[in-house]
Amino acid sequence: MNTLPQQLANGLFLGSMYGLIAIGYTMVYGIVQLINFAHGEIFMTGGFGALSVYLYVLPNGTSMWIALPAMLIGGGIVSVLIAVGAERFAYRPLRGAPRLAPLITAIGLSLALQQVVFNAYPNAKTDLTFPQLPFGPWHIGSISIQSGSVFVIVAAPLCMAALALFVSLSRTGRAMQATAQDPDTAQLMGIDTNRIIVIAFAIGGFFAAVAAVAYGLRYGTVKYDMGFQMGLKAFTAAVLGGIGNIYGAMIGGLVLGLAETMATSYIDGIPGMQQLGGGGWSSVWAFVLLILVLLFRPQGLVGERVADRA
Amino acid sequence: MRQRSMVILTAVLTTGALTLTACGSRDDSGDSKGSKKTEIIIGVDAPLTGQNSATGLGIQGGVQIAVDDANKNNTVPGVTFKVKALDDKAIPASGQANATQLVQDDKVLGVVGPLNSGVATQMQQVFDTANLVEISPSNTAPELTQGKNWQTSKTRPFKTYFRTATTDALQGGFAADYAYNTLKKRKVYVVDDKQTYGAGLAKLFKAGFTKSGGKLAGEDHVNTGDTDFSALVTKIKNSKADLVYYGGQYDESEKLTKQLKDGGAKIPLFGGDGMFSDTYIQTAGKPSEGDLVTSVGQPVDSLASAADFIKKYKASGLKGDYGTYGGYSYDAATAIIKAIGAVVKDGKIPDGARAKIVAEVQKTKFDGIAGPVSFDEYGDTTNKQLTVYQVVDGKWKAVKSGTFNG
Repeated sequence: MNTLPQQLANGLFLGSMYGLIAIGYTMVYGIVQLINFAHGEIFMTGGFGALSVYLYVLPNGTSMWIALPAMLIGGGIVSVLIAVGAERFAYRPLRGAPRLAPLITAIGLSLALQQVVFNAYPNAKTDLTFPQLPFGPWHIGSISIQSGSVFVIVAAPLCMAALALFVSLSRTGRAMQATAQDPDTAQLMGIDTNRIIVIAFAIGGFFAAVAAVAYGLRYGTVKYDMGFQMGLKAFTAAVLGGIGNIYGAMIGGLVLGLAETMATSYIDGIPGMQQLGGGGWSSVWAFVLLILVLLFRPQGLVGERVADRA
Repeated sequence: MRQRSMVILTAVLTTGALTLTACGSRDDSGDSKGSKKTEIIIGVDAPLTGQNSATGLGIQGGVQIAVDDANKNNTVPGVTFKVKALDDKAIPASGQANATQLVQDDKVLGVVGPLNSGVATQMQQVFDTANLVEISPSNTAPELTQGKNWQTSKTRPFKTYFRTATTDALQGGFAADYAYNTLKKRKVYVVDDKQTYGAGLAKLFKAGFTKSGGKLAGEDHVNTGDTDFSALVTKIKNSKADLVYYGGQYDESEKLTKQLKDGGAKIPLFGGDGMFSDTYIQTAGKPSEGDLVTSVGQPVDSLASAADFIKKYKASGLKGDYGTYGGYSYDAATAIIKAIGAVVKDGKIPDGARAKIVAEVQKTKFDGIAGPVSFDEYGDTTNKQLTVYQVVDGKWKAVKSGTFNG
């Protein structure tokens, strides 16, 4: 059996999820040059928000067809509120401060959010079961697709297309581009940059919530520390694609997902590489790829070369 | 010059601090001569949060009930027992820090834990130096009691370390025997999590299975904390294996089994006692149906001696899975309490009590709630019972109990 199509599909599903989270890193960085390390936790709270809607808001036994949109909205609201709140109360007061101050704040916020969920959410000390879609898995040719993967493969391109249209066509979207290029001049041209920054955080938060629902559907659980590893990978994806570039985030995510999958599947089949392949080494190869890309294209795969403002 | 004076200052301060603490503890024991009972602490170290915490909390609960029973029955006159539970988060370095903390507390005369073999490796030396007895209800890595070269020449590395669980040397072989002879599986795919426990168990299963005549369809490793196993699942499916053996904990295996079945590979996952948790079934859901584990001892639920324990556990509102190691934790704590009873008379803790308690634990012999409790010359339990459990209708069901001697 040829496993390549299946492995490509696996990589695409995983990568789409990375990409959705990476959007949040890249948009915030593009506009305020802040690496929002709390974004992984915004992703996590989205998952818990969606789960709460299912457990506590909807009546027991609601069909997933009705529950899923409600969970998306609920998770989205939680993530967006936390992202916007973080911007308003943690990052905005530090807008003029040296670059390190908001960075450390972000790390602190990340730990704080994790601990709050861990201590306050009922039974959050272990994995919590996430509701599953009542259909699938499907088998198309030699590829089998889980129901949770269908969600991400539909949601990710939709979100991406909507975002691309929004940024390039709407008035607010163009104001975002202007703010990203030069915040001071944008402000002089009458753009309310504070509003633009809030919108960037909100969009990142919503995408993270979509990714969190995808995560829950795919792996069947949510956990208070799920944001750490996913956040780290998504940040890597954003850098790989070119941080600041929304298309780069998605492409970086896909490349990273494919790289991990390929490393797991094929490297230990290469003669002499048996010790260096398999699931345990997938992250290593993903980071080797990142280093290689950054060696030759420091701006990332599709990033533009910009003078370092640090 | 300046550096030297710093060294002297530090030395003076440390000596002073040590003297003061020594004085402090002497005062404590002086007080207890009156009507007040001496307080003795049984330490617990286990993952109480995060990974493996469901089983970890079961250990804490088991010890708590043993201590409550001892206090109620006045097992050791003049002494009240207390539990001091520390969370190691399944991280070896945290375990070592906790061990240091427990050793420094003079009231701690015995410790139950840890859950994870990898954590134990970092704690044994600390306890050994302090002569503090440590009984693990769940560590199964053979080298903990029988030394690094346990396959060729057994030597006991630490005299203060005991366990009420039997070793992977038996567990891996028992599982391999069941897989080959009872399940009639012939091609196995072996996965482990690269930890002391998981990798060791997987290796022993592999050795046992291939020795019986089974074939190895493939082998891979995962990282703890990984969630996406789709690539691995595709490899397993492609290898045409009829069984997957997983050496590791439930945190990863519950996701692996779900992705395995969703990915179209309808073969059971077989694992060790690290997977034996209700959380595994709850999280994996239907896909876990038919999966198997081996666990040490006999099912607590089926033992008449444990009925009272289970009743108390359920009534107490304690969290965690008592089913896996709760009974063993109870027995471990009881062994320590009994040893303390032999050493501490009328609430007076003699000099060198810790060392004397170690010697008493070595001589332990009683019928615990999970089976007879006594230790061999390596600190291993003499109770070599093992049980295979299978998920049937969403519950772990014992399918075979027996002893295995390699």
